[in-house]
Amino acid sequence: MAADSALLLSLVEEYVSGLQDSKAKDTAKGVKDGQFTVLQLVEALGLSLTSSQPHTRARGVQLLSEVLQECYGGLTEREVEVLIAFYENRLKDHYVITPPVLQGLRALTKCTVLPPGSAVSMLRSLFQDVHVQSLMLAERACVYHMLINLMETREAELKGLGADFVFGFVQSMDGERDPRNLLLAFQVAKNIIHRGYDLGKFTEELFEVTSCYFPINFTPPPNDPHSITREELVQMLRDVLAGTPQFAEFLLPLIIEKLDSDVLSAKLDSLQTLTACVSQYEHKDLAEFLEGLWVSLRREVFQTSSEKIESAGLAALTALTSCLSRSVLNSDSEDSLCTFLDLVLKDCRHHLCEPDLKLVWPSAKLLQAACSASSRASHIITSAVMPSLIEQYNSKTECSHRRTLLEVVQRFIQSVKTCQSSENEESVFLAFRPSLCSMVFSALTETNASLQITATSVLTSLAQQTGLLLDSDIELAVDHLTRLLLTEEDNRVSLAVVECVGALAELHPAAFIAKLIPRLKKEMFTEHMDQDNNREASEQQSLQAVRQRCMSALAAMSTQPGVVQESTPVLLEVLSSAHTGSVGFSVEEVVAACHSLQRIAEQVQDTEETGRCFHDVIIPRLLSLALQAALQGEGSSGCRSPLLEEVVLSAMVPVISTSCSRLQPTLAGQTALKAVSLFLDGDVSFLPDNSFPSHIGLLKKQQGDSWSQSQMVCLLMGCVCSLPRSVEVPQMDQLLSQLEEMSCTCSHPLSYTSAAKCFAGLVNKRAQGDSLDSLIQSTMKRVCSELDSASSSLRIQAFTHMIWVAKALLLRYHPLFTALTDKLFSLLDDADLGPMAADGFSLLMSDSPDVLNRGCHADVRIMYRQRFFSENSAKLVQGFNAAPQEKKPNYLKALSNIVNKLPKQVQVTELPALLSLLLEALSCPDRGVQLSTLSCLEPVLVDPPPALIQQLEALVGRLLPLTSSPSMNVRIASLRCIHAVSLFPVHEVLPFRARVLRALARPLDDKKRLVRIEAVQARAEWFLLGSPGGR
Amino acid sequence: WVTFGGVNMSGGTRLENANPVIFQRSGERLLTATDEDEDVHDPIDDREIFDILSINDPEHPLSLEELNVVEQVRVKVSDAESTVGIEFTPTIPHCSMATLIGLSIKVKLLRSLPDRFKIDVHITPGTHASEEAVNKQLADKERVAAALENSSLLEVVNQCLSTRSI
Repeated sequence: MAADSALLLSLVEEYVSGLQDSKAKDTAKGVKDGQFTVLQLVEALGLSLTSSQPHTRARGVQLLSEVLQECYGGLTEREVEVLIAFYENRLKDHYVITPPVLQGLRALTKCTVLPPGSAVSMLRSLFQDVHVQSLMLAERACVYHMLINLMETREAELKGLGADFVFGFVQSMDGERDPRNLLLAFQVAKNIIHRGYDLGKFTEELFEVTSCYFPINFTPPPNDPHSITREELVQMLRDVLAGTPQFAEFLLPLIIEKLDSDVLSAKLDSLQTLTACVSQYEHKDLAEFLEGLWVSLRREVFQTSSEKIESAGLAALTALTSCLSRSVLNSDSEDSLCTFLDLVLKDCRHHLCEPDLKLVWPSAKLLQAACSASSRASHIITSAVMPSLIEQYNSKTECSHRRTLLEVVQRFIQSVKTCQSSENEESVFLAFRPSLCSMVFSALTETNASLQITATSVLTSLAQQTGLLLDSDIELAVDHLTRLLLTEEDNRVSLAVVECVGALAELHPAAFIAKLIPRLKKEMFTEHMDQDNNREASEQQSLQAVRQRCMSALAAMSTQPGVVQESTPVLLEVLSSAHTGSVGFSVEEVVAACHSLQRIAEQVQDTEETGRCFHDVIIPRLLSLALQAALQGEGSSGCRSPLLEEVVLSAMVPVISTSCSRLQPTLAGQTALKAVSLFLDGDVSFLPDNSFPSHIGLLKKQQGDSWSQSQMVCLLMGCVCSLPRSVEVPQMDQLLSQLEEMSCTCSHPLSYTSAAKCFAGLVNKRAQGDSLDSLIQSTMKRVCSELDSASSSLRIQAFTHMIWVAKALLLRYHPLFTALTDKLFSLLDDADLGPMAADGFSLLMSDSPDVLNRGCHADVRIMYRQRFFSENSAKLVQGFNAAPQEKKPNYLKALSNIVNKLPKQVQVTELPALLSLLLEALSCPDRGVQLSTLSCLEPVLVDPPPALIQQLEALVGRLLPLTSSPSMNVRIASLRCIHAVSLFPVHEVLPFRARVLRALARPLDDKKRLVRIEAVQARAEWFLLGSPGGR
Repeated sequence: WVTFGGVNMSGGTRLENANPVIFQRSGERLLTATDEDEDVHDPIDDREIFDILSINDPEHPLSLEELNVVEQVRVKVSDAESTVGIEFTPTIPHCSMATLIGLSIKVKLLRSLPDRFKIDVHITPGTHASEEAVNKQLADKERVAAALENSSLLEVVNQCLSTRSI
């Protein structure tokens, strides 16, 4: 004990007189470990605390405060009480002592055992004895922290202080300038407002002391270690100012004043603060400022200088209107919503009726912003505006005017959509239904394309208004849409019509099932009577176009299960008629039918009913038709079934894979079972139109070079590779071995590639373990031996198999992947396969659409591309340096294939290291390499690394010749890069100005417009460089 | 070049037409299949020139298109004959900026079109008080060249031709 007290004394001595700051830590440790108590410390400090030298006293208090900062948790209530009394008393002492005293008090405010009444007494002394703004930055922060701490734990006590607390705080923060402290002070103010402290008569003072910072004008210094942003301050202050209706009478005039500012950010901040504050207000808070606010808002939208300001102004108007709509009215007060909307209508409505439609858009936007605020507002505004809009429309003859009016109407309908809350409320447009419908239908019969397009979107919006359109309106709409689908040649119109069909069919399926589908079917299957050669080519073209539109309409309308039941049989019939030849469909039409089925599978709701439709009807039917076609064989080319074509099969794959991946996993499992037994065992029992021979071996080697059956393996891939991982694939081992056999030995490209992809898709999902490892190893062995024998005729097959397996393993981070990478690298030097190997890197790095992607539930780890890049980029650079000259392009191509697929932010960080190689790649004659290198470079040029600036001569020298490349994409990309270079630091690029301007004169006369556009922009920037008023 | 020099170019002067009528911007040109076909030659057409002219008005933070100073129907180009004709309409008949706007249009086209083009920029007939004088100045090669030697004039022109920052 005696030893301890001696130790304590020496610690105190060394800290106070010896000025050794580290002793505070040691003392605190002693207290924490129980070597001595805080009381003992105070006793030991005795002499220093009573010293006549203020600096010694300050040092003594500082030691105590530092210890308290570490040990406040262990104090008893009695100890705290004594310490507080001591500290409060010290506040009256010499000013050098104040900082450590505040530190100590701050530590004490964190105590959980703070005695009752002490918070109040602490604050009273603080407010009385300390002038906060004469303190240093850190001490001021200390005061704010004390307030924040006490507000957390002693709320009731502080509220007992009444308005004195607010007054004390106002005095403390008045004049604060440091952004860090402002954040803390705003926090206190926000707590005062949001937690219901009594502001008493100091409301205006609290507002003044905070609002003087509005709008925040702060730019953080560069490399700011505190990383306080302007946005943080803006948001904090907004929370304070907008937090209470008590501020309304002060804040609203301030906002009106600041909206007059020329500074865009001040305008924006004012508008956003207005939007925020009115959510707390009632109409009486706003009443006297409504006119002023309206005048400012109107000005901001009518004379807008930026879209940001415009949309902020409109949002504020919506918020304001919705505040007025919310308020409960007294019987004697006037309806402020009506009064306000009268103002809005008075200033805006007449612009909608001007004959030349000047200012029609800003007025309409303002009205719509108010309209969308509440259902009452929408009633008032629409009933005032719609009649004159409709009248205007009917009196105009010019199409462009009509279109503008129709677009305005469309926005009104949409603005009402956003505010309609309850289902059973009747639409505000009910009274205008007949005139709106006749307006839309008349527009649909116009010959002007953009008028028709606008009309379809108005129709969609009207249909989305609950309970507005009658069944007879819908039927009429369907008639119009049908007519347009069958006759309208303009692509943009038919696109809009198809979209409208989709939206309407979702809401009113019955009308589409009853009318549109039968009609479309009839049109699609009608062939012109004269089948002879004298049939006009143009007529045939228009028939094709009608069919295409019908098929996309069928796809668009199929979102409801009931519609799908009716639409898919039509599409399937296209396939079967094409196969049998009973109706002549071209290959493109058959492909379009498949695309429509795919789209339906993608968008339909996943219900048992639709699942059955796809798994029990559509997939068996597709397989059956494909098999029938395959068995007929290649035959004489004259009557060959279109279903043998590669494009058709490839279009069927996504129908099957989308169904298997997203519709009803259990049913998908059954589909997989059937498909596997069809391909392995020739089991055809589940196929419709079953008249197949008994011995079918789709995966077996076919006689001669027949490929019609082997290519069906792509359909198997669509099925088994897209199943959710919870669904087991039956007979896996046998399947894998037959797929490998086909992939390595078949001579038909579609067949062996599909087999390789199917194999890879299965390997990717197979469980980790020895059986997978040995499978990979045996595959590797087979592939390598094939690749190593230069005379083999199956090297391409072996390579294809390898690259797909490599992709499957790369995606899931399988450790055996590296063996495959090494093989792939070594092939870059191969005389025959080198270019193919370089392209292989692109396959590894990009998403493949039909297999091994997340949609197919493949095992894809995040950031596998970055990982591949970081593990292999060095190898590639080495290989490049070591390779003989004629092989170098393969390496450059491989590199640019990899880098091109990396996410932009990774490219930007990694590229400087590879710069010289990429510059080399720009002069590689392969256009693919040039293009992908340019697209890598472009994002890097936005923020050029120093390494790049050092190589400007090389960069510009290589970019300029590419502007006359034979490939337009290379020309475009190189011009974009040259444009980006103009934004480099002026002194670096100025020397190139004359040369670049001269070189860019030629692409100004390029034969492609897209190239010229880029050239014009790039040249304009280079002209501004170093020129007065430019850059 | 008296008229150009006479323009008061200091910032913060009162706007002559503080509240102009604003016109809806026309949308982006739609891409067609032939635009992307390597083998097709796309002639320089009216719309292309019109898009090149999306330049700022010296008085307003708005483009000439939004102020209806330049309209597509008043752009006439013939790629085959290498000629371009532009009619522009000052916002008000006494607009002192008319020559400056014309000069900016001319400079923009000189920078953006191949050498072979003959460029004619003039005021839409009947829309400006000193139409003839302005047209004459704009048509005079020597005077245009001299005007661009004047660095304060070039500065204003370049500001009009800078891509907008808001």
